[in-house]
Amino acid sequence: MLKQIEGSRAVAEAVALCRPEVICAYPITPQTHIVEACGEFVKTGQLQNCEYVNVESEFAALSVAIGASAAGARTYTATASQGLLFMAEAVYNASGLGLPIVMTLGNRAIGAPINIWNDHSDAMSMRDAGWIMLFAETNQEALDLHIQAFRLAEQLSCPIMVCMDGFILTHAYERLEIPDQAAVDAFLPPFVPRQALDPADPYSIGAMVGPEAFTEVRYLAHDKQLQALEVIPEIHQSFKEQFGRESGGLFHTYQVEGAATVVVTMGSLAGTLKDAVDELAQEGPQVGVISLSCYRPFPRTELRHALEHARRVIVVEKAVAPGAGGVVSMDLRMALQGVDCYVKTVIAGLGGRPVTSPSLQSMLRRALKGELADLHFLDLNRGMVDRELARQRRGIATGPVAENLLKDAATHGAD
Amino acid sequence: MTMFQVRLHGRGGQGVVTAAEMLSIAAFLEGRHAQAFPNFGSERMGAPVVSFCRIDDKPIRLREPILEPDAVIVQDVTLLGAVPVFQGLKPKGYVLVNSTKTLKELGLADALDKMPTGHVRVVGATELAVRHVGRPVPNAALLGAFAGVTGLLHFASVEAAIRDKFKGAVGDGNVKAARAAFDDVAVPA
Repeated sequence: MLKQIEGSRAVAEAVALCRPEVICAYPITPQTHIVEACGEFVKTGQLQNCEYVNVESEFAALSVAIGASAAGARTYTATASQGLLFMAEAVYNASGLGLPIVMTLGNRAIGAPINIWNDHSDAMSMRDAGWIMLFAETNQEALDLHIQAFRLAEQLSCPIMVCMDGFILTHAYERLEIPDQAAVDAFLPPFVPRQALDPADPYSIGAMVGPEAFTEVRYLAHDKQLQALEVIPEIHQSFKEQFGRESGGLFHTYQVEGAATVVVTMGSLAGTLKDAVDELAQEGPQVGVISLSCYRPFPRTELRHALEHARRVIVVEKAVAPGAGGVVSMDLRMALQGVDCYVKTVIAGLGGRPVTSPSLQSMLRRALKGELADLHFLDLNRGMVDRELARQRRGIATGPVAENLLKDAATHGAD
Repeated sequence: MTMFQVRLHGRGGQGVVTAAEMLSIAAFLEGRHAQAFPNFGSERMGAPVVSFCRIDDKPIRLREPILEPDAVIVQDVTLLGAVPVFQGLKPKGYVLVNSTKTLKELGLADALDKMPTGHVRVVGATELAVRHVGRPVPNAALLGAFAGVTGLLHFASVEAAIRDKFKGAVGDGNVKAARAAFDDVAVPA
């Protein structure tokens, strides 16, 4: 059924259609409206046979999810930003134990400085925790990925983080197709756990493993991710057959065929990028766009194949690894070893800075002329940075950077 | 149609975000694609708030804030001078201001005198809301006026969008306020 609906609420509806048996939530900021709506569905009876557990922290939210999943229940939770950091230990436990929990991450920046807005720093902080990480380009895809995520998680017995841009997607009202229950039931079979605690047939989940087998446990976690590279396209295809639309898969390509320059990105930025490259194509060559829907596992071989004719690859990413550059770029450089092209990194949209089509086009014009630095910060206020650097050179006790820059912004405006 | 972009300015508590959402619902009910979103920030009562709505016949990919609006709705005149509410406004765009004063009294006559006739209207939306809803929430009335001034939406769609958000007596009151504003702008200023 078509609805004009907020992204968060649509995801809550999708989660409810997947018939979760336990939902844990710490519904205090940073959080989205998703768990609020889930709570409402349990209360009104729209979602039945589901226990909604209000917990005392994000760490508790994921810990309760781990317990529920280990007991064989289909389990869901959601978080964002600092909330993910607070549950970090449990994040590793969930994957280490191989529990198929589905968790939404409404991507937001990580402090300090305090910032509640969107970027991908939260997701990147957990990129090697052993979770499958999917990124939604649109709210329709966010909704669809949740339905796919339960099937994928349970097939591989692996937790999945479905990432969707905080505010930009979670708070946007759009026209979305909400599937009906029968179609979701046909696509998503009941949960048959690979392992479940049962007092009648006891075993332990989470035994201590010493050097004799730890490497093998970790190797199997890696192997599971490689299996996901096979399973994700199958689920993508099966979803298409059931629901009649494209959602998910490893990545989306746009105008990549024959393009010498291709931009690679993740999340909602891809929409603005597609508009930007189309506008740019009126004056110059068509630039292609690839948006990753699957970031972990990293589809290395598939990306290499998709980019083998590209000469310039520009990765636009919403997180920065200070002292190193861009995280997605590093993965991509590894994938493109031996391919005759260069990879440039553009850091954009940090802490909610709007990424506009005019800015992207001006960056791409420079890239097409070969004038883009290896690491470029989109719309960086150079004056603001230089003034702070000058202050720091003049003295030692120059005060907190955040405070200095806020004062600078008030004095100089956004020049 | 080509994409039509609306920017709404107001203060926390005046339903600025809800207004953009209702606008998107009304457009959706007419078979269009619409994308409503707030200017993301921590919401506080009284703080300046901006929300946006894009309307198009085809799916909307663009996710940037609206930089060059086709229409600007100002829910609170105390923002004039404090926030650049008309920034980027298209020359043939529309302006709706919530006030019982005239453009001249508001000091806007000169700034907006190049806009096409009938594209700039002042509506006493707060007064209409107080009369019909019993609360000074001007958003629904301004949407009624928006439908009247732009001709972009049928009033029936605006009414349905309001009832989608507000049930019962509150919905009835908001629809009455919107209808009064819709009828008000039908009379040339």
